[in-house]
Amino acid sequence: MAQIFAYIIHKDGVIDDSAMELIVAAKKIDPAAPVTAIVAGSGVDAVCTEAASIYNEVWKIDNADLAYPNAEAIRKALVNIIPKGSITLIPHNTFGMDLGPGLSIKLDAAYAADVVDIEGADGNTLKLVRQEYSGMVSTHVTCDASDGAVITIRPGSLQPDESKSAGGNVTDKSGDAGDIGVNRRFIEVVEAEVGDVDITKSEVLVSIGRGIEDEENLEIANDLAKAMGADVSCSRPIVDAKWLEKSRQVGTSGQTVSPKVYMACGISGSFQHMGGIKGAPFIVAINKNPKAPIFQLADVGIVADILEFLPELTEAVAE
Amino acid sequence: MDILVCVKRVPDTSENEIEVNGSGSDIERDDLVYSVNEWDNYAVEEAIQIRDKVGGTVTVVTVGDDEAEEVLRREMAMGADNGILLSDDAFEGSDGKGIASILKAEIEKGKYDLIMTGTQADAGAAQVGGMLAAMLDLPFASLVNSIEVIDDKKLKVGREIEGGNQEMNEIDMPCVLSIQTGINEPRYVGIRGIRKVASIDIPVHSASDLGIDAGKVGEAAAKVKRTDYFVPDLGEGAEMLEGSTEEIIEKLVEMLKAKGGLK
Ligand SMILES: Cc1cc2nc3c(=O)[nH]c(=O)nc-3n(C[C@H](O)[C@H](O)[C@H](O)COP(=O)(O)OP(=O)(O)OC[C@H]3O[C@@H](n4cnc5c(N)ncnc54)[C@H](O)[C@@H]3O)c2cc1C
Repeated sequence: MAQIFAYIIHKDGVIDDSAMELIVAAKKIDPAAPVTAIVAGSGVDAVCTEAASIYNEVWKIDNADLAYPNAEAIRKALVNIIPKGSITLIPHNTFGMDLGPGLSIKLDAAYAADVVDIEGADGNTLKLVRQEYSGMVSTHVTCDASDGAVITIRPGSLQPDESKSAGGNVTDKSGDAGDIGVNRRFIEVVEAEVGDVDITKSEVLVSIGRGIEDEENLEIANDLAKAMGADVSCSRPIVDAKWLEKSRQVGTSGQTVSPKVYMACGISGSFQHMGGIKGAPFIVAINKNPKAPIFQLADVGIVADILEFLPELTEAVAE
Repeated sequence: MDILVCVKRVPDTSENEIEVNGSGSDIERDDLVYSVNEWDNYAVEEAIQIRDKVGGTVTVVTVGDDEAEEVLRREMAMGADNGILLSDDAFEGSDGKGIASILKAEIEKGKYDLIMTGTQADAGAAQVGGMLAAMLDLPFASLVNSIEVIDDKKLKVGREIEGGNQEMNEIDMPCVLSIQTGINEPRYVGIRGIRKVASIDIPVHSASDLGIDAGKVGEAAAKVKRTDYFVPDLGEGAEMLEGSTEEIIEKLVEMLKAKGGLK
């Protein structure tokens, strides 16, 4: 089997959890394959040392121009060091989505995105599991890796290996990375605005999704939240429609919350939404579709129209 | 500025339950309602707003069958100037790379300053924009949630990153951007608008029109292939509360009290 590479995400010197997940993905492809971690950035020795506690081999690309991870620059470096025919694993996060597709083209390799499970390999054919239609259906996928493959793995979908006992070697590949000049220049990161309520501190959240249907119906959620002593949060379409401010959005591109109780009302349960809920709260899902994926993730489920159910619940709570 | 936006006709998940058919070979397609991929709609709106500010044209293009023409007309009713349908039996079963190669062939026939795609479509792969950029050797930014035109050579774009933060970049044109929802508020398209563009001619380009080697696209060339669909098994699943609404509410209130959900 081909050599396997895992791209390590890190920020402010801290290694991302995905580093522990990609090693699991690599072992699922081939338990015997050599797996090399790639760490790119500026001043990354400590990150390399930590990566070497997870991987047997670590390749370092240290370059002042990589102080911020620019996917175009990193792609150029990777194309110069990853041998043709290899398998490259990347997390399916906002960086992976920026890097992965173009890298597969430049390496002339197959591309499988947002993989949630790996069922092994049959010769050069990888057997993967993906989801479509926001998680409403899953698919088995084959990936012909005979000319190599780039695979992005959905964060949180594989049980991470946290043993950290690899004792790997760090090899400096900075000189081989070549020209990394770019046509897209990083300027700055603009931090999220702070809203009127800090939902990350809320103990109880009444969270609404596209099922609320209309801006006027927000009242229904506000009333319930008031009666319960809760705060209102939401899924992304509500923020996209400008019905609530971004600071109330729960999810990977919004806030990470850890309430005691999370009431998901008219929310389907996409992974980007659920990725913002930490600390195993008691999740109540109310959805009119009995097959909504949220019912697989919640503790308690109610099949109902929230526009009718929530007002009745508010009345009962108020009593 | 001449802008090309790649769009796709997809099953509308807010109008349908997506279910697996009996044999697991596909989703149940009877009675499905289709629409424009949500992310693409934001991309077209953004293109129209840029054109209205700095001048130029907006062209929408899709790879699909005859029925895909309806999404082109919808986006033209929104305000796109031209539509192009890329259609050929040879395109069927293409993977992301196949679709990107078909789009690339069309793009090379024209001259565009800016090419946009939606961040992702129904399959959730978020791949076509990035592949297209690499094939065309153009700079790329994904998950774009703001665009500011600096001059005719550069844009300032915001990318959405984790935690509600935004990464600002300057990018040279021509370039490819994949557009994230929330960048704007797509305008409403009424029946009248659709009628207005109903008789506009939409050219259809086949593999031979595009000079595409049919063996390089379609199912035979696809390295990544679906073998079946199945219902995901995500975990234990929720305890479903059943009975009359009153009974359900009574049980729920008890549970909420026990879990600290009521003050
Ligand atoms: C890079 C990226 C980042 C993202 N980040 C986030 C994020 O941070 N947070 C986030 O939420 N999403 C995020 N998304 C979007 C995410 O993929 C989903 O599109 C989104 O979470 C769907 O929101 P929803 O569940 O409210 O809507 P839908 O998926 O449309 O679900 C609506 C649900 O409401 C139900 N419903 C409809 N009417 C009623 C009714 N009257 N009563 C009861 N139920 C009803 C339906 O059955 C359905 O299950 C991101 C996407 C991308 C690509």
